Amino acid sequence: MNNAALTDLIIKMADDELIQGHRNSEWTGLGPVMEEDIAFSSMAQDKIGHAWALYRMLHEELGGRGPATFAFVRPENELKSSHLVEMPNGEYDFSLMRHFLFDLAESVRYESLQDSSYEPFRLLSKKVKGELKYHTLHANAWIMQLSRAGEESYDRMQQALDQTIALAAGIFEPSQLYEEALIEDKVYPGETALYHRWLDRIYPVLVKASLNLPEISAIVPVYGGRHGLHTPHLQSLLREMSEVFNLDTEASW
Amino acid sequence: MSNDSLDPRVNRLKLGPAGEVVKVEEGENWNIYEVFHQEKRGAHHEHVGCVHAPDPQLALVFAKEQFARRKKCVNLWVVKSADILAFDVEDEDMFANNMEKTYRDASGFKVMEKINKFKQSK
Repeated sequence: MNNAALTDLIIKMADDELIQGHRNSEWTGLGPVMEEDIAFSSMAQDKIGHAWALYRMLHEELGGRGPATFAFVRPENELKSSHLVEMPNGEYDFSLMRHFLFDLAESVRYESLQDSSYEPFRLLSKKVKGELKYHTLHANAWIMQLSRAGEESYDRMQQALDQTIALAAGIFEPSQLYEEALIEDKVYPGETALYHRWLDRIYPVLVKASLNLPEISAIVPVYGGRHGLHTPHLQSLLREMSEVFNLDTEASW
Repeated sequence: MSNDSLDPRVNRLKLGPAGEVVKVEEGENWNIYEVFHQEKRGAHHEHVGCVHAPDPQLALVFAKEQFARRKKCVNLWVVKSADILAFDVEDEDMFANNMEKTYRDASGFKVMEKINKFKQSK
């Protein structure tokens, strides 16, 4: 198996989970109602948990650095998260739409890993299945609810979709270097296949919510994050996220 | 009367008129859903509390978070609180038992004395 290719894929997945989890956790205490605040915070914790599992996989299986160090001390241009997850939270409509698009992308990805030739992926896929089922149930319920809650609400959801769709498509940027090796080794079906599975998954929900998905061919995915090219938003997020860790990088937690 | 409060539990208390009547428009105000928790397959669903939610689906989502996060759980029910029919508080006297019916309180028979006597006789 190609370890460099595996490492690259795991870092992308883990960084997405970490940054998305951190962004969602910024809603803690500020959620629209108490029940939703708790639900959203709890799912943010799950995301951090997924990131941790992947960083541990790197550390234990592929000789990477310890999870905490790897997560908190890398410079910005070494992070491989997509632009979607680093965007500031904005209003709740934006955050919910991102949560919907990201979690359905996560679902198709982890489902595909059920059949991976890489055993740690198969085990992880099995472990997170129930959590992801719940996350997508939550996301779908909110999309339906808010898209049917009157004109203003509908308009905001459509606007949020328009703002996030190209960013979300950017999750599936194929790797120039490793894509073919990973597909050939049957590690996973590859980004392009996942992209199409994802479109098939989000489409019925959007139709049911009467939201308009732009013409697929007109979507220009926002790439770059996978190569360490980020928006300025990531730098400030990293500074805040690692603030406590950097007080004493040798401390044991 | 039933529109006095958004919370059906408050209305059941019949606190009397309190200012303007509030009309609950479907979808406009969030409803209260009672939550029933099942600890294992085949066990009873037990009432554990309530959540505010805009529809039954989200009530389930919230119930999962509030009531199934720590305690073991295999299933949940949610029921709109307004759909529950209850006796009035002042009708509590219907449940009072007459003195001579105390035999109905029995939930079992006292047999330990007989068992102990039997054990001693062996």
